[in-house]
Amino acid sequence: MQTLSKLTKQAFLEVAGAIDLAALDKVRIKYLGKKGKLTLRLKNFSQLPAEERAITGQEINKAKKDVQECLKNRRASLEDAALEVNLAADSVDVSLPGRGQYIGGRHPVPHTQSRIERIFTNAGFGVRSGPEIEDDFHNFTALNIHEHHPARALHDTFYFPGGKLLRTHTSPVQIRSIIKEGVPIRIIAPGRVYRNDSDQTHTPMFHQVEGLVIDEGISFANLKATLHQFVEAFFERKIELRFRPSYFPFTEPSAEVDLRWESDKWLEILGCGMVHPNVLEGAGIDPEKYSGYAFGIGIERLAMLRYDVSDLRVFFENDLRFLRQFR
Amino acid sequence: MKISESWLREWVSPDIGTEALGHQLTMLGHEVSNIKSEGGDIGDIVIAEVASISKHPDADKLNLCKVDDGSGELINVVCGATNVVQGMKVPFARPGVRLPNGMKLRKAKIRGVVSYGMLCSTDEIGLGSESDGIFSLPLEAKIGSKLIDFLSLPDAIFDLDLTPNRGDCFSVLGIARDISVLTDADLKGPSINTVDTSIEDVQPIDLIEPTVCPRFVGRVIRGIDAMAKSPVWMTERLRRSGFRAISPIVDITNYVMLELGQPLHAYDSGLLQGIVRPRMAKKGENVTLLDEKVIKLNDDTMIIADDSGPIGIAGIMGGLKTAVTDKTTDVFLEAAFFSQDVMAGRARTYGMHTEASVRFERGVDPSGQVRAVERATELLIEITGGAAGPISEKLAVEFLPTHSNIVLRRERIRSLLGVSIDDVEVGKILSRLNMKTVSTSDGWIVSPPNHRFDISIEADLIEEVARIHGYDSIPETTSPSKIPIQAVTESKVDLEKFATTLVARDYQEVVTYSFINADANKIFTAIDSDLVLSNPISSEMSAMRSSLWPGLVAVAASNSARQQERIRLFEISKSFHGKISEHTEVIRIAGLITGLSQPEQWGMKSEVVDFYDIKSDVEAMLSLTCRGDEVSFRASQHRALQPGQSADVFRGEKQIGVVGKLHPKIAKTYDFKHAIYLLEFDAKKILSTTVPSAVSISKFPTIRRDIAVIVDDAISADELLKAVESCSPTLIKDIKIFDIYKGAGIEAGRKSIAMGLILQETSRTLTDDDADELFSAIIKKLYDQFKAELRD
Repeated sequence: MQTLSKLTKQAFLEVAGAIDLAALDKVRIKYLGKKGKLTLRLKNFSQLPAEERAITGQEINKAKKDVQECLKNRRASLEDAALEVNLAADSVDVSLPGRGQYIGGRHPVPHTQSRIERIFTNAGFGVRSGPEIEDDFHNFTALNIHEHHPARALHDTFYFPGGKLLRTHTSPVQIRSIIKEGVPIRIIAPGRVYRNDSDQTHTPMFHQVEGLVIDEGISFANLKATLHQFVEAFFERKIELRFRPSYFPFTEPSAEVDLRWESDKWLEILGCGMVHPNVLEGAGIDPEKYSGYAFGIGIERLAMLRYDVSDLRVFFENDLRFLRQFR
Repeated sequence: MKISESWLREWVSPDIGTEALGHQLTMLGHEVSNIKSEGGDIGDIVIAEVASISKHPDADKLNLCKVDDGSGELINVVCGATNVVQGMKVPFARPGVRLPNGMKLRKAKIRGVVSYGMLCSTDEIGLGSESDGIFSLPLEAKIGSKLIDFLSLPDAIFDLDLTPNRGDCFSVLGIARDISVLTDADLKGPSINTVDTSIEDVQPIDLIEPTVCPRFVGRVIRGIDAMAKSPVWMTERLRRSGFRAISPIVDITNYVMLELGQPLHAYDSGLLQGIVRPRMAKKGENVTLLDEKVIKLNDDTMIIADDSGPIGIAGIMGGLKTAVTDKTTDVFLEAAFFSQDVMAGRARTYGMHTEASVRFERGVDPSGQVRAVERATELLIEITGGAAGPISEKLAVEFLPTHSNIVLRRERIRSLLGVSIDDVEVGKILSRLNMKTVSTSDGWIVSPPNHRFDISIEADLIEEVARIHGYDSIPETTSPSKIPIQAVTESKVDLEKFATTLVARDYQEVVTYSFINADANKIFTAIDSDLVLSNPISSEMSAMRSSLWPGLVAVAASNSARQQERIRLFEISKSFHGKISEHTEVIRIAGLITGLSQPEQWGMKSEVVDFYDIKSDVEAMLSLTCRGDEVSFRASQHRALQPGQSADVFRGEKQIGVVGKLHPKIAKTYDFKHAIYLLEFDAKKILSTTVPSAVSISKFPTIRRDIAVIVDDAISADELLKAVESCSPTLIKDIKIFDIYKGAGIEAGRKSIAMGLILQETSRTLTDDDADELFSAIIKKLYDQFKAELRD
């Protein structure tokens, strides 16, 4: 019979030599199975003389433990190796595109409109809307543009039989909102407007956002602050503005606002002014107590500046290759 | 209005350059849209005479000219212009001269003949856009001298966008006056010389409509030479203002109008019959105007008439029958004041727009008529000779516009502008504006000058103070809002959220026009829209749309023509309904898909979209606000959709939208490769939702049981699911249809539907017995209701 230490050594060698999990299991059975060499040693142990028993028992148990430990380690390393092989076979080309639906995009004009809405709602403005088919009263008369006012000729209005019209600006929403809600009021009104004009720089439909603030003590200085803050919020940088005198029948004083673009150019972006006393009185507001400002911003104009679009008309051509640039 | 800098500086000349002057005009409210420099780059062009002309031997359309440019020898020039005649004075560019367009002249062989230089048109030397031949210079132009010296160039031309309220600025005088207010530079003029009268002739005038024509000034001038030539300084100023030189009489009336803002008209006095009367037209009267157009007059139109009838439309255009001609020897000059009310919009009703009409509509100085006639007389006698009669003025002073005194409060200036402006400055601004002021304890009482008829209330004065003080000098002050914090309504979902959902499902937003072709609208909606524009851009853009679909389909078609096959679009905007007397506007969410359901890719097979692709988009969208069991899809007939592939979508018993496949009859009129599927919803009906109220989740396990039944094709999935669910609404938590099968093993006209049921009890663990019992009930119910057989 082999000595215990020889047997153990032999077992270690065979464990180390097992090339896969199946071979390792054979080794385990050979030494630690029911009829394994170490198992049998333990079984035969009872037949040994009593004085030898204590020492040998300990030795066999230790040998068994050592072999078990050795098997365990070998198993772990064989399992790791096997996993490595599987994982290597299971690798993917991470550069291939992912599966499934892509993402669409918003049109730059409504997208710009919604940014403008967010900027003003953050500043405590409510958002209002009004009809696009308007009557003469709300589009002109209530805005101090009487029937033969020269300003009407500048509006290139689309008419329906009977005198209704497509609103030429978002300003009628001012009137509707004051009449409905009274004052103080602090609102914007974005939407589609229409002018019978179609060339390189005009489309017969475009978008505006109207602003209106009426309260006690509202001044031109407040108007300047609001618009300057808005423009800088919109473009996310410091921008120089120029307010220059202009004329709108429904505001007085009136101004057109230019912003400095590329250091030497002034670009007109909006019209504004203090609400004309006739407009306030017409809507039942006492101009001695309340004052207010109003402004109208061209949304396409801002979108063109923001996104370097040089031709207004592309917004309405809906060429997907153009639109896909805006996500 | 175009105005030349040199002319303006004759009236007011602040010590600043051209650019700065332009900037000041803009900051005064007279926006300079363009500054055009003229003559700075044509210093080498000289004046030459065409000494002789002969035909080019080899080209019918070319002439050989011998040109005298003062150099001592005649120069051969080949010229193609048709207006060249012997003796003509022309601008001449010698070889080596560079033209404003950058071209450098060389001697050149033209059809075998050498040409030494070029005779120039106004266009070629940057003085105009008209290219109807060589620029014909007056005969007094000196041969060999520089063109720019003869024409008093260089100069700059300001193109001003005048606002409609400042009729007083529609002249050199008006602009100069405003510049002088801002810069404090002296206004030189208007100093008008009074012409001595040497004859007694007077044209009788009868002021029969003094309310609308309260002032009418006239003068007869006899013995003029109508063939005289307008001097170059005048024709040049006219040209720089965009006017063509026509004849000395017409040129002078135009010149005085540009200078002083008062339109004038000159009649051939010999052709006037009897008394001249400014009066309202009678219905049915006709007048033939200078441009030979015959106008049928409305009775709201002011005309000038003599005993023979209308001889012109007041303030718009004179008539042909009394017009001045080459043969005219005696003229009657007219300068009138017509009220803005009687002028407003009139020219437009006749499809006209004249230099006179735009000035009268915006208002002229009611005190400027005599001055204008004096100025025109002076020029006329200087240029054409003749003897002037006395000025006759008919005046109804009570109907002239009046100025009431306006109260201007110091405090009101401060509160409206948000800045205090020193009393001294306000006083100075008002006085520079020619306003008469009286100081009061809280401000001023102000009386504006005649030409500022736009000023009638305090706000007008505050605007003037702000304008001259400078908008730039008003600070920016944030106003505290007194409006309380507003609620964010959760029971109504923002439209943005629907847009975001569609974008996440690869829809691209588009913006299409609200007006479309009326026929297209009808094809898609069966609606003959009442909302049709009277003056559309074109018939393609004439009817207010009843649906967003025609626009989306057109966008899909145009993109399809650009090799885009997979198209997914949406638009959120209004459609228009009803009669024009009481219409409604409905915000719609509309979508279109066509082509592959997924973009072409390696990892999955993509199929062409069908009904269930667009339906899933609809379901995703609706799930933002609606519970699944609220929504039902009901097979429907729709004008634009294919029968059997279209559904009305209901929320409860209210229809909220339509979804389906574009009818092949419509689709075939376009060039689509694949079928088109459409969705459209009334946004308002899907925005509202309920704020969630949470219930606790059962801790007991669920059981899944599958069942497959065979039913007739006509039985809808919805009916079947409702029947199953009714067997135990509490126990059945969810039902998933996981297979639909027709074909081998199933009788024709029937189908197999396989469902997976998720069962759960809220208070205890469900047993198999519970499930078995429920299943027997379900099988019985489906048999009773649909003759459904269990499939093995």
